[in-house]
Amino acid sequence: MIYREAGDFKTSYRDDGQTFPIRLDRWGYYALLAVAFLVVPFFIDSYWANAVLVPFLIYAIAAIGLNILVGYAGQVSLGTGGFMAVGAYAVYKLMTAFPGVPIFVHILLAGLITALVGMLFGLPSLRIKGFYLAVATLAAQFFLVWLFNKVPWFYNYSASGQITAPERTFFGWAVTGPATSASAKYLTCLVFAVVLAWVARNLTRGTVGRKWMAIRDMDIAAEIIGVNPLSAKLSAFAVSSFFIGIAGALLFAVYLGAAEASEAFGINKSFLVLFMVIIGGLGSIFGSFAGAAFLVLLPVFLKNVLVARLGWPTDLAAHLELMIVGALIIFFLIVEPHGLARLWRLTKEKLRLWPFPH
Amino acid sequence: MEFLYASEVLVNGLMAGVMYALVALGFVLIYKASGVFNYAQGVMALFAAMTLVGIMEGRVPFAHLINAMFGVHVSHFGWTVPAIFGIALTALIMVGLAIAVEKLVLKHLVGQEPIILFMATIGLAWFLEGLGDVMWGADVKVLDVGLPQGISDGIEAATNDWLGYGFFIDKLDIWATVIAAALVAALVGFSQYTKQGRAMRAVADDHQAALSVGISLRFIWIMVWSIAGFVALVAGIMWGTKSGVQFSLSLIALKALPVLMLGGFTSIPGAIVGGLIIGMGEKLFEYFIGPMVGGATENWFAYVLALLFLVFRPQGLFGERIIERV
Repeated sequence: MIYREAGDFKTSYRDDGQTFPIRLDRWGYYALLAVAFLVVPFFIDSYWANAVLVPFLIYAIAAIGLNILVGYAGQVSLGTGGFMAVGAYAVYKLMTAFPGVPIFVHILLAGLITALVGMLFGLPSLRIKGFYLAVATLAAQFFLVWLFNKVPWFYNYSASGQITAPERTFFGWAVTGPATSASAKYLTCLVFAVVLAWVARNLTRGTVGRKWMAIRDMDIAAEIIGVNPLSAKLSAFAVSSFFIGIAGALLFAVYLGAAEASEAFGINKSFLVLFMVIIGGLGSIFGSFAGAAFLVLLPVFLKNVLVARLGWPTDLAAHLELMIVGALIIFFLIVEPHGLARLWRLTKEKLRLWPFPH
Repeated sequence: MEFLYASEVLVNGLMAGVMYALVALGFVLIYKASGVFNYAQGVMALFAAMTLVGIMEGRVPFAHLINAMFGVHVSHFGWTVPAIFGIALTALIMVGLAIAVEKLVLKHLVGQEPIILFMATIGLAWFLEGLGDVMWGADVKVLDVGLPQGISDGIEAATNDWLGYGFFIDKLDIWATVIAAALVAALVGFSQYTKQGRAMRAVADDHQAALSVGISLRFIWIMVWSIAGFVALVAGIMWGTKSGVQFSLSLIALKALPVLMLGGFTSIPGAIVGGLIIGMGEKLFEYFIGPMVGGATENWFAYVLALLFLVFRPQGLFGERIIERV
């Protein structure tokens, strides 16, 4: 009844082309942002930050990045874990080499470095397509993780081979390091997630995004109508890796605090982010958030039910979780290959017509 | 001497390559017949090996889960099953798995894009991995079906007399090579000379044409997945005997992917040649270049080699030429 575009008159092209054309939608998102920025930081405790919200925001950024590559540009990548590792090690090297520069600059620079690495590994995509490309990106995954494990320069010759985030502050607030408060962690990730989601949304509905989608739908046809496959594919790899690099940097510097390449950024991380993208919905920014929320919350939920309620051992719960996630992925692919985003869209369509059937 | 040592590395690499080729073979079979790129092949090998150990040792399936649910302590039935029955039973279970996959997954995904099917098999891989752990426990299991193991004294003595340097070759590797060769011969014979094999090749060639001459797609799919399950069982036995049945088995099977890329997804000889090249290449690379860069290059060499190779020949060594039209 309320969710209508009727009566919501657009008087300029700008209004007509906006992301959320329905007023209720728009206000809903504004309200959500206001709550996220102004209310949650005061109530958040370290359990909620560490178990739910911070990983959700970080994985959402990674999922948006991978969604740009897989969902919008159609280039399947299994190298996400490797690229996240690049972001993490880049931010670590920058943090320790230039302690005076603000941490936010470091995180952005880490994203840029990852973008360069991503472009390098994206080069074969000009020749290789489909499955072959998916397997080729495994080269990035295994090579990068090996590199960070074997070259001591990357972990500053530390004895354990681990990287540990030193404390860095922003206007007197600790943002990284062990003294960081839950709300500082949360706010840092939130700022990045919101800004990057906004960037991604606007990139994907602009010229660049249309080029990506043309390449995805059929690259030869796109080439014939004048889309340069070199620039389109490489820009997709660059932007995607930028996002993933920032997610990796945040994961290490803000969330984990210490990391070891093969443990924190192994092949399973690549699959996890890919599943978020699939379950959320290929080619949808909202879907990236939904998928990330789903796969972050599911283990927390299962752990609460199986371990805390029923008192089952944790390893059994972890194995059941694998089974459930696997089965859910198959279920989603069968019932709704376009993921949670499509379900959300259908719900909205229904809402607009409600209470009338047509 | 240096040369002899390098050739020993080479021979061992060839043997490892046979193992990769075994896993790759399962991929090719399914890909050819149903166009599905079955990522779960590696986990199927792990699952088959776990099941075999579980049956042979008389473990209670889902013991962990039962214990947690009912607060009891069951673990073993108290009997052991001879290897041959265990293998037969496991093969039956793999057929059951094939039927379940066809009924529950593939049937519903007919006509979807290949990438969706690929992702469904990743989901299947996670499911099977979890199922294997829940059924049989996640501990490292020792698998012994009576295959000879350890260094082959005969070869060492013979080469020592002949070349003055004893080659170190694992008996298991020799057996694996023989079994793999027999398996490939059997598969080729099956697909060339039997009715079902011909039907399988017809399905691989063109689904619709095969349907129109009265071949049951669903039966062929179940059959192909069963054969792939059997190949996975053989691969699982080999790998499991060599390095214990544990999670890393499914990662070793990931190595089959670059093998496939080298050989081409659609070619059985390609899978074998690709496996040999990768096995040889990574051992030689580790031997010559490895010490200079800190070792453990086996983790990535295969992938990078396949990547570089594909840039020059996108369809692999023996793959069908990719022709694209708008």
